[in-house]
Amino acid sequence: MGTKQIGVILSIMIVIIACSKDELVPGSLFAGFRKPAHFPELTYNISGNPVTQEAFELGRKLFYEPRLSRNNTISCGSCHIQSSAFTQHGHDVSHGIDDRLGKRNSPPIMNLAWMPAFMWDGGVFDLDLQPIVPITTHEEMDESLANVISKLHAHSAYPALFKKAFGTDQITTANFMKALSQFMIMCVSAESKYDSVVQKIGNAAFTNEEAAGYKLVQQKCGSCHKEPLFTDNSFRNNGIGIGANNDMGRYDITLNEADRYKFKVPSLRNLAYTAPYMHDGRFIRLDAVLDQYSNNIQHTPNLDPVLQNNLALSATEKQQVLAFLNTLNDKSFINNKLLSEQ
Amino acid sequence: MGGQNLILNTTSYKNSTGENYTIQLLQYFISNIVVTKANGTRYTVPQDSSYFLISEANPDSRFAHVKVPEGDYSKITFTLGVDSLRSTMDVSKRTGVLDPAGGMESGMYWGWNSGYIFFKMEGTSPQAPLDPTGANKYRYHIGGFGGYSAPTINNIKTITVDLTARGIAQVRTNRSANIHFFVDIDKVLSGTNPVSIAANPQVMFSDFSVKVANNFTAMFTHDHTEN
Repeated sequence: MGTKQIGVILSIMIVIIACSKDELVPGSLFAGFRKPAHFPELTYNISGNPVTQEAFELGRKLFYEPRLSRNNTISCGSCHIQSSAFTQHGHDVSHGIDDRLGKRNSPPIMNLAWMPAFMWDGGVFDLDLQPIVPITTHEEMDESLANVISKLHAHSAYPALFKKAFGTDQITTANFMKALSQFMIMCVSAESKYDSVVQKIGNAAFTNEEAAGYKLVQQKCGSCHKEPLFTDNSFRNNGIGIGANNDMGRYDITLNEADRYKFKVPSLRNLAYTAPYMHDGRFIRLDAVLDQYSNNIQHTPNLDPVLQNNLALSATEKQQVLAFLNTLNDKSFINNKLLSEQ
Repeated sequence: MGGQNLILNTTSYKNSTGENYTIQLLQYFISNIVVTKANGTRYTVPQDSSYFLISEANPDSRFAHVKVPEGDYSKITFTLGVDSLRSTMDVSKRTGVLDPAGGMESGMYWGWNSGYIFFKMEGTSPQAPLDPTGANKYRYHIGGFGGYSAPTINNIKTITVDLTARGIAQVRTNRSANIHFFVDIDKVLSGTNPVSIAANPQVMFSDFSVKVANNFTAMFTHDHTEN
């Protein structure tokens, strides 16, 4: 009698698991956009584009859609690869259509809802307008937005997906952009060891070496790489010296002499996945970056006031900084199935 | 064109610097139309119906239709370009001629430095140096709304034309007034700031574009009004 009852209970449990798994695939995983408690207020106007599952999933499909390029070979995901925290691992400058090369390193698609301006030079001030750049740039996708929209209209699935997401199967620049933005702002990285420690989750604690590195980063790097995003989103000349192509960075956008050779401060999150470093990917390893700041700052026009002197880190200090930077790597971000090509 | 009717591609013109040039592409935005009565009363056309892309290749685009209340209007004001407010609006407010989806060829939008191209003129000139495609081409793409988070060049031009001498616009119910302008494109190169194609074959987002844009105001003269 007793044995029989156990058998019944087991079979019920199996049914329950199967059932909830069915629902998990499209539904339960999706919890909308959630601001991590320790992050500041968003800069993205999310009230103008509330995240829904339908529009997010459409945005994800578009992000991985090669039809966005002239010959249907390059998607956003080609240069923004999730396993590399949405950068193009191993490429100093972005590698686009027809093996063409851009002039700058692919930046990560990460925490963009807190970013007030996009591209290394900040030329785009609204995330909803950003995808126009890679789509139309000769070295990236080399396509026109009008062609992309007509290809999507002609596609067997997209009109219905737009209808589900936005209530109309008319694909417009606006709903195309808003879908992509929904995917991009959902690429939130806030589950590194650092995040657990500062949020006091469980028993999370820094090792002594990490703690020493944390202090050093706060003292020596924190004025530009501000917590918790590890960037203040400003534009600065960080003393790496003028690149061979004389890229003038922010100056191209403002035509202001004081902006010559300034580039946007990148975040320090997920550095283990995003090599190479700097706007032109000139440093392959992080220790080379530390050596640069430590003893090789170049005095070029508009060098940042806080970098007038080499940071002069000792070998031990460099080890400590590297140990701390490792705590900013977020495995759950690069493995998050919700953000992967389906 | 300095007194001649503009013909695309085939006819050659001469600027005040003495350079010969043809025009292959000519497009510009007219927006934010305001009409004023003799007593100073102004009527501003609702913004959503006040953006026009004038394209020389498309004769229909040369008519900007706006609705205004009945009245006698002696002055008209408009913007050559797109105002800074619209230049920074949500993408959903950028429809019709303001849709950034225009192609690279005839498109009037800069993706890399978010903003509209207000005035686009391209053509050939024997004085233009050979470009990378092997053509003696000049390209003038003039824009710049002043910058979003940091100030930069502002090439938005507000142009006011007095209609008194050549005929005021008498707008009545069921009857429209057609205000005809002559637009002398040669003024772009031969205006207050003479522009040499040889010296400046490509003018886009640069300090020099301000000199070109300062020539815009003198392009427009009122010819007559049909009431």
